Amino acid sequence: MYQFLVGPMFWLSIAICLIGIIVRSVGYVRGLHWQLDRVAYRAHPRAGIKGAARSIFFWIVPFGARGWRAQPFMATCFFAFHLGVVLVPLFLSAHQMVMRDKLGFSLFSLPGGLADGLSWATLTAAVLLALRRIALPEVRIMTTWRDYGILALSVAPFVTGLAARYHVGDYSFWLTLHILCGEALLIAVPFTRMSHIFLFFMSRAQLGMDYGIKRGGMKGHHGLAW
Amino acid sequence: MPEGTLCNKSPIQTEAQLKELLNDTSGKLYYQELNALDVDSDKLWATIQKTCKSRIRTWLEICAHCGMCADSCFLYLVNKRDPTQVPAYKIQSTLGEIVKRKGRVDNAFMQMAMETAWAKCTCCNRCGMYCPHGIDMGIMFGYLRGLLYAQGFVPWELKIGAGMHRVYRAQMDVTDDDFVETFEWMAEEWEDDFPGLEIPVDREDADILYTVNAREVKHYPEDLAEAGILFHLAGENWTITSSGWEQTSLAMFAGDWEACKMQVEHVYAAMERLRPKRMVGTECGHAHRATVVEGPYWAGRADGNPPSPSIHYVEWLAEALRLGKLKIDPQKRIKVPVTIQDSCNYIRNHGLKLATREIISHIVEPGYFIEMSPNREHNYCCGGGGGFNGIGLYRKQRNQALVTKRDQILATGAELVIAPCHNCWDAIRDLEEEYKIGIKWSFLKPLLLKMVIVPDHLKPRT
Repeated sequence: MYQFLVGPMFWLSIAICLIGIIVRSVGYVRGLHWQLDRVAYRAHPRAGIKGAARSIFFWIVPFGARGWRAQPFMATCFFAFHLGVVLVPLFLSAHQMVMRDKLGFSLFSLPGGLADGLSWATLTAAVLLALRRIALPEVRIMTTWRDYGILALSVAPFVTGLAARYHVGDYSFWLTLHILCGEALLIAVPFTRMSHIFLFFMSRAQLGMDYGIKRGGMKGHHGLAW
Repeated sequence: MPEGTLCNKSPIQTEAQLKELLNDTSGKLYYQELNALDVDSDKLWATIQKTCKSRIRTWLEICAHCGMCADSCFLYLVNKRDPTQVPAYKIQSTLGEIVKRKGRVDNAFMQMAMETAWAKCTCCNRCGMYCPHGIDMGIMFGYLRGLLYAQGFVPWELKIGAGMHRVYRAQMDVTDDDFVETFEWMAEEWEDDFPGLEIPVDREDADILYTVNAREVKHYPEDLAEAGILFHLAGENWTITSSGWEQTSLAMFAGDWEACKMQVEHVYAAMERLRPKRMVGTECGHAHRATVVEGPYWAGRADGNPPSPSIHYVEWLAEALRLGKLKIDPQKRIKVPVTIQDSCNYIRNHGLKLATREIISHIVEPGYFIEMSPNREHNYCCGGGGGFNGIGLYRKQRNQALVTKRDQILATGAELVIAPCHNCWDAIRDLEEEYKIGIKWSFLKPLLLKMVIVPDHLKPRT
């Protein structure tokens, strides 16, 4: 089982994830339509790129957009959660070792303490985000089991990874489960709402181009104050 | 598939049909027939497959149901934070469901969607600025309105409005002759005070082509006079067109894209015929949005621009004051607490926030201008945008919607609200009538006329 997961299944899940991202990204761009969307994407590339960059930038910087500043609790949970889910899988030293093993090179590794801190912050934020879904009527009304499913899928590798890291019970059991959860997540990326990993950038860029090209971005000042 | 004589899937094509619909007072029969109107699910699904592309599909897919858009929506806030007023919920439970069910929805569903699209969203686009994913629910509601309109599920007044554009190429039954005659009549009324005041009609290669809102012709002809006088005082080489002068588009509010195209192409034809250096539109938000911002796309113009560079009245006015074409008598500047209403349609949706502030710096005595909070691109809708003002069926909801603006204005302590937009102007007038907070409201033109310095050579000889 373990050998299968770290062997063929490892490559398969990465391939499904990456190919899925590429296919869906190309599909997204091909599905944009200047006349239906009412954005002259091609006619004003400079304004479009500037608008797209601003739209992404202000929303990935913590408290960069007015929307984040208006909701500090949500913003804190959001960034605590996403900092961990992006940095830990990529730069955990154990993962970098896997990378060196599989690809022959590695990037930098997070110090152990920092990786632990980020992981716990992610888990804490996930719990708070789930509680927020239950507590706030404006979030509860839209919440479906899928929303909890996506959250569970995201934190499963953290729960199992931490269990392995602290040697809770059988280490190899948790490690196997951790790899399984991680690979399930990779496979889910193109097919579920986990697609927001890349569609977030696509969607933000699109709205940024809309504002940059059509809705005032070329009116001679900095453009929309996000 | 039952369709009513008045309420059906066919748009108005003739003056007779339009009059028949108008004669149905308050849409009594129309709304009765609406209850029996069938949904053509095949057509609905076929349209979605053809027109619902990756942008909207992605928006519907990746919405995280996080509710961050809730507080951005003034209709959510002003309706006691009713969770069914959360923008994401509103669009997911209407357009989202239609897509999910592949168009298999019934009459009751479509009526619910109609109320949501026209009484729970003004397409102000504010929510799009507060969504981490950049999901603009206002755009999706515009799209939903188009789907509903094509199925005949549209408020009575907006079916009429779209029909007006189809029949008269204007939002009201104002003909080309009415327009030119009214403008010239107004000039005659004022020519004793402003000798040499004339209304150039169909002048080719002018610096400015001025376009209006048909309401001005029908109900507020003095607005035309004021525009003419200010161009005259500024020494502009300007003109009106005898055809293609209507800048507004109730068809846009209705979601009648075919009529939208007819209307803007009519204006663009005037631009192509007269070749003005620039088009200046009147103090109207949605008219600017329709003709300048969205119009080029309806007309299939790949660069997204109208045939002539086109600006809003506030841009022209800011420039005229900056360049000294119009000079203000400092003694006559506004000396009462005053605030400005930022119209969604050209502030949030066309970035003109600085132009209005520049005008304020010229016409208001320092210390008397108070910003609303929030303001500029983050300002709230007046409460009557997107057609909401004009729909009798939803008057109660509209009046509740006005509370946001009422409270914003009250918080400034202003006695005067400058509203360079017909829809906002109407909404603020209505909120004063409804809630009596003791404010005055005004377009820019009448204010300017009271304080502008008339150059000696343009003064009447005594």
